[in-house]
Amino acid sequence: MARSMAMAGNIAAAYSTKQINPHVVAAYPITPQTTMMEKFSEYVANGEVDTELICVESEHSAMSACVGAAAAGGRVITSTAANGLALMFEIVYIAASNRLPIIMCVMNRALSAPINIHGDHSDSMGCRDSGWIQIYNENAQEVYDTMFMGVRIGEHKDVRLPVMVNLDGFITSHKIEKVDTLEDAEVRKFIGEYEPFYPLLDIENPVTYGPLDLTDYYFEHKRQQVEAMEKALPVVKKISKEYSNYTGRNYDILESYHLDDADCAIVTMSSTAGTTKFVVDKMRSEGKKVGMLKVRLFRPFPVEEIRECLSGLKSVAVLDRSASFGGFGGPLFNEIRNAMYDVDGKPSIVNYIFGLGGRDISAVQIEGVYDRLMTAQAKMPGDVHYIGVRGD
Amino acid sequence: MASLKQLTEREERLTGGHRLCAGCGASIIVRQILLATDYPVVVSCATGCLEVSTTIYPYTAWKNPFIHNAFENSAATISGAEAMFRAHKRFGTIPQDKKVKFIAFGGDGGTYDIGIQSLSGALERGHDFMYVCYNNEAYMNTGIQRSSATPMGASTTTSPAGKVIPGKKQYPKDLTEVIAGHHLPYIAQVSPGYYMDLIKKVEKAMEIEGPKFMNTFSPCPRGWRHAADASIDVAKLAVDCCFWPIYEIENDVYNLTGQSNLIATGKKEKVPVTEYLKTQGRFKHLFAPGNEEILKNIQEEIDRRWDKLVKLSSL
Repeated sequence: MARSMAMAGNIAAAYSTKQINPHVVAAYPITPQTTMMEKFSEYVANGEVDTELICVESEHSAMSACVGAAAAGGRVITSTAANGLALMFEIVYIAASNRLPIIMCVMNRALSAPINIHGDHSDSMGCRDSGWIQIYNENAQEVYDTMFMGVRIGEHKDVRLPVMVNLDGFITSHKIEKVDTLEDAEVRKFIGEYEPFYPLLDIENPVTYGPLDLTDYYFEHKRQQVEAMEKALPVVKKISKEYSNYTGRNYDILESYHLDDADCAIVTMSSTAGTTKFVVDKMRSEGKKVGMLKVRLFRPFPVEEIRECLSGLKSVAVLDRSASFGGFGGPLFNEIRNAMYDVDGKPSIVNYIFGLGGRDISAVQIEGVYDRLMTAQAKMPGDVHYIGVRGD
Repeated sequence: MASLKQLTEREERLTGGHRLCAGCGASIIVRQILLATDYPVVVSCATGCLEVSTTIYPYTAWKNPFIHNAFENSAATISGAEAMFRAHKRFGTIPQDKKVKFIAFGGDGGTYDIGIQSLSGALERGHDFMYVCYNNEAYMNTGIQRSSATPMGASTTTSPAGKVIPGKKQYPKDLTEVIAGHHLPYIAQVSPGYYMDLIKKVEKAMEIEGPKFMNTFSPCPRGWRHAADASIDVAKLAVDCCFWPIYEIENDVYNLTGQSNLIATGKKEKVPVTEYLKTQGRFKHLFAPGNEEILKNIQEEIDRRWDKLVKLSSL
């Protein structure tokens, strides 16, 4: 029987990994990822999985071993955060470029310096051009479910790309929530058997991975990678739909909340979407026409779907949990405003940077953003604003 | 042990037509190693001459499964592939009795320097693989920059013999001894100049389960400034002068082998290091007047390291 369990985001990630029963897991400890790998190590020690667990000596080797394992042919999962992701950055690109469907949980955490162990999106945003599919999760339930969808998405023959399953460090990774789980057999049925694709272990049919690729071919290979990402979008949609039908839990690449008749909206990702929904409910009960758009799928970026959701609004505030130093606003803002540029009657769009280094964002602050959107009516003065930082 | 005739009858797994230089030690070493075993192999290779010259897309010189990941992670990469192999055995998707050997290659840059962490980690974790360093004593692929394997006095592009500084100022790291600290079932130092010794060690290593390490001396005609047809002679001389002793460490037991054993037991003469140094342009400046002290120091350091090794060895 499928049952509801109380678990933190990291435990949800560990439990879903156990149910996937991947061939290889390679990981290195870093806060706030550790409890996931500790839990998974228990499963290994107790013989509850068949997985080869490789406790590597660095994140760089974690991703390197994942690449070797995935190229050898099989399901591979890892997990990291912040500086760990930064250390494996080189191989993050190589994993995607070799079209290896590795799953990586990233417990989103601020990058050094100064060192800070709390949640923001600086780490995964630094990898947004690496060729990984990126899905940002609001809560432990989404983390749990996205792991299974991630296996199917990454391994899909039109895609063959690694998938990053993002959750907010500490806020989601350590908060205990109710998670509705599937039976092991139900998981197995949904994810299916692994189908090898040019595996190194096929000795009779040897392949060469990672050749030298110069001016005569490299560009074509990169173009194919771009196309794989384009093809991933309908696949993510299709598998989300399939999973929704399978479990009765609704998933899509975006989640719109009271957007249909809204005048103004906040666009955000991950756990902040939960807080924003709470604020929308409160303001709706006061008769205010506000809504929210949660972006689950950030890579590939769903441009058309974003346009559909945001067209007709008067004003939009994009809440970014990372800064792009020297850039024009945060990464989500960049994408959203860019997507809306050619839309007739597009809303006025402003950016708010918030929550760096895990600084809390409160319902009152989010309500303040809505108030400003409503008061300004048309164009808000200025483009990039900050929430809850001294001197602003 | 396979005879030379038998070896010539085996199929080459690194085919001709690759773009390594004539006389390159790396291709000779790889061919010797792969000829020395009949087992199926999966190979990983660090970024470097060997990798870029054998896998120029859309061609590959490798007839066995091959993966190049990056510069510093040949060992971590093969550890993943080896773990996947074991996982498949546990899942029942590969038969229990199936034998595949995992070999990781890396140059000295990818092994002594940038890859030492990845290597140390994979060895400590006990993966069933053999790591082979082809040590050509500098970053040859990027243009002969010094590495921690570059010998004292050698002129490289980042330790050039100048008016004030006569080449590299430091002695090379003794990586084989660093690896000895991992207490592996099998460690060997070899030279392609003494190829039967090398092949014997590979044959032995292939029958041992667990992590193995092989440090191979890899002459580089371009970087060392010697003729392409002198590589094997140079590789022999390095052993003859005890700059590159050939030996093995089996479960912490040291054994000088072949030529090095003969020298240690007084059956062969130890050649002065100058005989070796003068074969190569990278040491030419050391023979200019005023550098006698450097030559003396190099000889003393070689003697010191050799004496220590002889003491460690059972003869």
